[in-house]
Amino acid sequence: MSDTGSSTSSQHPRLELKGITKAYPGVLANDHIDLKVLPGEIHALLGENGAGKSTLVKIIYGALKADAGTIRWNGNLIDIANPHAARKLGIGMIFQHFSLFEAMTVTENIALSMPGRQNMAKLSKRIVEISENYGLPLQPNRHVHTLSVGEKQRIEIVRCLLQNPKLLIMDEPTSVLTPQEADKMFLTLRRLSEEGVSILYISHKLDEIKALCHKATILRGGKYISECDPTVETAKSLAEMMIGTDLKAPKHDNTKERGQVRLKVHNLNMDSNDQFGVNLNLINFEVRSGEILGIAGVAGNGQVELLEALSGEALCKIPEAILFENKPIGDLGPSQRRKQGIAFVPEDRLGHGSVPEMSLVENAFLSAYGQKQLISNGFIDTKKTKQFAKEIVENFDVRTSGVSHAANSLSGGNLQKFIVGREMLQDPQLIIIAHPTWGVDAGAAASIHQAIIDLAAKGTAVLVVSQDLDELFAISNRMAVIAEGRLSVGRSVQELSIEEIGLLMGGTSKSDSQKEFESVA
Amino acid sequence: MLLKIEKRPEASQLMVYATPIFALILTILTGSFLFHFLGVDPVEGLRNFFIKPIDNTYGATELLVKATPLILCAIGLSVGFRANVWNIGAEGQLTMGAIFGGGVFVYFHDVDSVFLLPMMIVMGAIGGALWAAIPAFLKTRFNANEILTSLMLVYVALLVLSLLVHGSWRDPDGFNFPESRLFSDSATMPILIEGTRLHFGTIIALFAVLGTWIMLSKTLIGFQVKVIGAAPKAGGYAGFSQKKIIWFSLLFGGAMAGLAGVSEVSGPVGQLLPSISPGYGFTAIIVAFLGRLHPVGIIFAGLLMALTYLGGETAQINLGLPVAVTGVFQGMVLFYLLACDVLVNFRIRFTLFGRAAS
Repeated sequence: MSDTGSSTSSQHPRLELKGITKAYPGVLANDHIDLKVLPGEIHALLGENGAGKSTLVKIIYGALKADAGTIRWNGNLIDIANPHAARKLGIGMIFQHFSLFEAMTVTENIALSMPGRQNMAKLSKRIVEISENYGLPLQPNRHVHTLSVGEKQRIEIVRCLLQNPKLLIMDEPTSVLTPQEADKMFLTLRRLSEEGVSILYISHKLDEIKALCHKATILRGGKYISECDPTVETAKSLAEMMIGTDLKAPKHDNTKERGQVRLKVHNLNMDSNDQFGVNLNLINFEVRSGEILGIAGVAGNGQVELLEALSGEALCKIPEAILFENKPIGDLGPSQRRKQGIAFVPEDRLGHGSVPEMSLVENAFLSAYGQKQLISNGFIDTKKTKQFAKEIVENFDVRTSGVSHAANSLSGGNLQKFIVGREMLQDPQLIIIAHPTWGVDAGAAASIHQAIIDLAAKGTAVLVVSQDLDELFAISNRMAVIAEGRLSVGRSVQELSIEEIGLLMGGTSKSDSQKEFESVA
Repeated sequence: MLLKIEKRPEASQLMVYATPIFALILTILTGSFLFHFLGVDPVEGLRNFFIKPIDNTYGATELLVKATPLILCAIGLSVGFRANVWNIGAEGQLTMGAIFGGGVFVYFHDVDSVFLLPMMIVMGAIGGALWAAIPAFLKTRFNANEILTSLMLVYVALLVLSLLVHGSWRDPDGFNFPESRLFSDSATMPILIEGTRLHFGTIIALFAVLGTWIMLSKTLIGFQVKVIGAAPKAGGYAGFSQKKIIWFSLLFGGAMAGLAGVSEVSGPVGQLLPSISPGYGFTAIIVAFLGRLHPVGIIFAGLLMALTYLGGETAQINLGLPVAVTGVFQGMVLFYLLACDVLVNFRIRFTLFGRAAS
């Protein structure tokens, strides 16, 4: 940490936490955690799901109240009553789950978080300036509910940057960016750091942390484990500190013969229901038994529409556009597609893949009642459903104090494991997974990846849509890229480099890669 | 020392059940002040309002008589409310149920058959459901807000009833009063306890509560109602149709309100009149929420709201208070309930300045 900003205020850390403790019903989320962030320091916060990272940063941001412990800001003991007070101090936060009003525009959302009255026209202009400056394109007049996850995150980042923060908290900010965009953002972050802005950086991408951060604090199971210098640690040693055991990379065999075609999508065209949505344009691909096809792309390029078309939440006019085991399914609804042996893991865990206020038992029933025969004589078989929920929790290592707890009481990664487990235990012939490890830590991600690979090894066809290229490279056999509603030709991962994919993700850049989008009709 | 309201990590189950009681206590306190300012001794006022009406057998059975239509309407509404379908028009569906059920008698008044009453009950349910089908159609076809359409149809239904009893359905031997014929014995709900007005409709209400409870907790359609209400996107993901649930919950709510209507006219009212309900369909909205949209809760809430009707009458007779006192008490219960419900998702804490926690 030799290059960390100004030396004048270095006697006082920008932020110092001592003994922060926070209990939830059944779980001690933070158990006497200490943390020290110096001015201009990029400080990584590392830990598994449920390690207490999200809770800790919410306390710093005033969104949660600690049960015990003290917070010092530039050496002064303070009480951060609410996010407004935090922002006043100069703390900006980019949440993993967004805090945006869906029915309002980008500008209105940003104006809401700024003190005092705003000149909306001027603000729009500044938003465009900042967003272009940092490579985060945004249309200020669009309504938030029409935006994809990636675009929503851009609002959060721009919103923070507009307020000239002294401490920026970022919860996995690069998970929705292309490698090129991420590199661009690192430049920005380093510049901010040189200007004296401290950054508290949460990520599970260890290489990223090694490249970017000056210091790292590691949490495990709600406890403070250690503080270290990530530049001298290896990715492996960091991961081991974080998980406490040796890290297993997903094992898979790329040489195996692929089976027959399970899913074939042929010249799929689809107009989005949403005026700001992306229309699907001549999509062609197939997924074979035992194969994992990865679809990469920056959020908002037609992933949502493609997933809806595949799950049956949006129906195709031409049933033959989607063939499952040579039978047209384009006009079938989600339950009928499930009946044929297709399972889905949607992008949004809370509210799409699960009902947040309902118990895990009810959420187990949600999509599995048909396949697992959880209805007998017209009545819900509560005992069998409970058993199924317990089976998911045990087989997929979901950490919860019981299956009667609500889905929204679980941490993001644990809920994701639950949803993935629910779909996988239905023995699908084809499983379609959107962003399997978005916002999930290394330990849980590794176990989800291994589960996907094991399922494919048993002969299931797997389609993974993700923005995390490392993930797709680690698990896919073949990869394709979606950009502006069109899909490139799927190619074996051995033939591809991250750079090539990055260029394809750019989409509009008129390069040789344009040929990739020619249809294979 | 600062008073702070902060979000709970998980909704408090305790508060879900405790807030109706808080609301009741606050209502009683405010009621005492109200009695005081009206020049009535608060203790005497509350005794007349809450205890005197039911301190005898007849009073207790009257409580059940009044609670029956409230519970029937509320149980139907609760299914819709759980699915985020805001049917405000139970009063109109009740009226239409009374028209359809009563209409059977008007046309078959000279038939003396054991099938007459069951026929009336079935037609009453159908009438209520048909009236609720209009908002369902408008909502699913044109995305028209069901709050407005169902509410406006209340007044249409009341005018239809008025038209009929002033016109073609008027009792030919009724000296031109706007009333239908008095229902015959075979068109009247059997009395359960001799010498009271307690009738078979109460049994129907109990079965409706039981049936709805089983439906919501044990069947797929009940599960779909809850999922569509809590997370419509998750419902779509599971393959549940939102339109189907809108239709189902409105038809179900309408049928229950229709049953309430027919059980009123063939029970305590005994004929079709221009006005057959003192706003049961509207009060049922309070009953549904006070009962936490839960079948058992709705029984208790229905009894409590029935008591406000009886208490209002006693207060009028014994204390000379205006009839509006019933509405004031009902309004206060709902108002305080909504206010206290903040405690389900939030808690109040005292904090010291300068520290992260107290």
